[in-house]
Amino acid sequence: MSTAKVDMNSVHKDYCQALKREKIRVAVCAGLGCIVNGALKLYDALEAEIKAKGIYADLSYLLEDESNSGCSVVKTGCQGFCEAGALIRIEPAGLVYIHVKPEDAAEIAERTLLKGEIIERLAYKAPYSDKAVAERNEIPFFSGQKQIVLRNCGIIDPSDIRDYIAHDGYLALQKALKEMSRDQVIATVIDSGLKGRGGAGFPAGRKWAFAKAEESDTKYMVCNADEGDPGAFMDRSVLEGDPHSIIEAMAIAGYAIGASHGYIYVRAEYPLAVARLKHALKEARDNGLLGNDILGSGFDFDIKIKEGAGAFVCGEESALLASIEGKRGMPRPKPPFPAQKGLWGYPTVINNVETLASVPLVILRGAEWFSSCGVGRSTGTKTFALSGKVRNTGLVEVPMGTTLRDMIFKIGGGIRDDKRFKAVQIGGPSGGCLTEEHLDLTLDYDSLAKVGAIIGSGGLVVMDEDTCMVEMARFFMHFTQSESCGKCVPCREGTKRMLEILEKIVAGKGTMEDLELLDEVARMVKDASLCGLGKTAPNPVLTMIKYFRDEYLAHVVDKRCPAGQCQAFKSYYIDPELCKGCGKCSRGCPAGAISGKPREAYGIDTEACLKCGACVEMCPFGAIGKGDGPKSKEDNERNG
Amino acid sequence: MSTVMDADALAEARELNGTLHKFRQVNEIIDRHGKDPSNLIAILQEVQEEYRYLPEEIMTYISTVMEIHPSSVYGVATFYAQFSLEPKGKHIIKVCDGTACHVRNSQWIIDSLREHLRLKQGEHTTKDMIFTLETVACIGACALAPAMMLDEEIYGQLTPDKIKEIVDKIAAEEEK
Repeated sequence: MSTAKVDMNSVHKDYCQALKREKIRVAVCAGLGCIVNGALKLYDALEAEIKAKGIYADLSYLLEDESNSGCSVVKTGCQGFCEAGALIRIEPAGLVYIHVKPEDAAEIAERTLLKGEIIERLAYKAPYSDKAVAERNEIPFFSGQKQIVLRNCGIIDPSDIRDYIAHDGYLALQKALKEMSRDQVIATVIDSGLKGRGGAGFPAGRKWAFAKAEESDTKYMVCNADEGDPGAFMDRSVLEGDPHSIIEAMAIAGYAIGASHGYIYVRAEYPLAVARLKHALKEARDNGLLGNDILGSGFDFDIKIKEGAGAFVCGEESALLASIEGKRGMPRPKPPFPAQKGLWGYPTVINNVETLASVPLVILRGAEWFSSCGVGRSTGTKTFALSGKVRNTGLVEVPMGTTLRDMIFKIGGGIRDDKRFKAVQIGGPSGGCLTEEHLDLTLDYDSLAKVGAIIGSGGLVVMDEDTCMVEMARFFMHFTQSESCGKCVPCREGTKRMLEILEKIVAGKGTMEDLELLDEVARMVKDASLCGLGKTAPNPVLTMIKYFRDEYLAHVVDKRCPAGQCQAFKSYYIDPELCKGCGKCSRGCPAGAISGKPREAYGIDTEACLKCGACVEMCPFGAIGKGDGPKSKEDNERNG
Repeated sequence: MSTVMDADALAEARELNGTLHKFRQVNEIIDRHGKDPSNLIAILQEVQEEYRYLPEEIMTYISTVMEIHPSSVYGVATFYAQFSLEPKGKHIIKVCDGTACHVRNSQWIIDSLREHLRLKQGEHTTKDMIFTLETVACIGACALAPAMMLDEEIYGQLTPDKIKEIVDKIAAEEEK
């Protein structure tokens, strides 16, 4: 299909018919997590085994002749369940195998692919249960999800445009270009209630409408893929696993607002995403889906990639535009909004990756279909990156309005090592923390706003009893302070002062006045900063003071860290009853703080001790513990 | 050539030759992207890839050729975390200190790496110019925390033993 006059429906039909003859598809997750766990070798091994069985059939082979059929194996984007990598999905049987190694390939080919048996050893097992579950829909991590944004991630081959088209790809673009007016496209997106998923939650369709209303020969469509929030990786997964969905959505948006140039601003830290995007752009151009006169509609559109150079503030719209222009990424006051005066002064729409990923389905299936999912004014789904001290880490997409409890305890499988849940940080360094009392809160724009938190980009970092909230606040402030661009005074100076106070408290030198000052500065920075970075930077501090005031007071008044994390308050002891006097700790201590006589109990000089904890690791008898002295018998029993 | 060049002139000629060669590479990079100011970041990225840092004379040269004020070039070079004005090692280790990694004790990984690479306070690059150690805010491998990126390769679920093994393997290859 090289001509521009091609009909997508017939191409789609051809590919679909070919895929019907694909009896089995083995989807090997080639997301970052699984690659690190050997997914590429696993793929090679599976391909070799399937070929050896004589049943191998890739899309090219299936398209060659109508009588060809067989089993295919594809490398997909992230399937989300990163904890269980490397993992594979077998369709249409709907099976998932986890922790798969290249050595397992022969058994999988022989037993599962040829005989249809389930290999229990490779199936998921719920905590405290020996029952093996291989059916994807019955694994709690997957069954609680609804995938719109991630619909293709984990099932299609992101490097083959034909596979994307066979999964309804580019049909929405054709529908928009051939059956809908520009206003109809915008109205559909407005009616769907789709809001920006990058953090601010502004309705996407309204942004488009503003840009369309501007009279200008030149307009730009920009995709914000500068996923800077530490703890969020959904954009990377979409770019790696389904790059064509973003290209298609940008072309649709370009048509709607009247732009013929697009930019994807992507972090340089995501080399795989950049490579997949470049390949996808070439495929789209080769197939006449980008370039001049797309699908014979007379609409021209093309996309360039701009790689960021490492600046969190560039996630802010006006800073991002400055960066594309080759300047320092500093925000400017709004209005004028980018939709009025954006890139080089021309009207520009900037949408986040996840927002765009929903667009093709909104167009194809309609506004009502999309808005039927979700709750109240928060329609559709939201992707969350679940990480921290939770059992099942990974990427999760749920309908808006799912409760935090379901998220952490059902999908996430609860807290690691049976520790106690303490808090969850939502929305990265701009968000806030939520505690046990919020577990039944629904995750949507409105209910989170009520408790002073935001969905943000969707990072969910779970913290347990061993995480110190003051140290967490210091960590976030350190991040925002070093990422503050320095343009406006409240953010530049305020974040610096807040960091100093937090460092003082963590070091055990804080006073009550410091705590009051911290609160005051935080409010000032929030009110007076120029852009979203400064306005939201105090959120973690404010919510942590609000919900964990006791912990702050413990650091300031009692001079202790209840979580036992802060170095300044740490101490170690040697239990004389358990110590055999081997001297291993003494030889390994970097500060030379441990001394004693052979075969007698050793002692730690607390003044010289660096509190590195190296001795705890080294002691073969478990005689060294954290704290002031040996625990009572009951304590030991409780902790097993 | 009948006259013999004296040693100074020879050294000068060599230096000139080296400089021309240096600028030829820069010229090639600029030509590939075009002189439009919007390409500055991409050009600096490629220059850094070539030299492993941004030498001052090259930044001055870029500003002259692209007709951008030197202070603007310097401003961009110092604004973005990716750029370095000091020479970097051959292999770059970026330890992730994003939220998820931090919660799973990335500081322990950073400390062990510093110790293993024998980096003193304030140092980032080893004396033999083989490794540069940096911390970055999130490489998007949160589910593998704690994680790091060595050149383009990502390593997850790190422990001090694991990083020693990874680093030593590369160091051994470099010695060959």
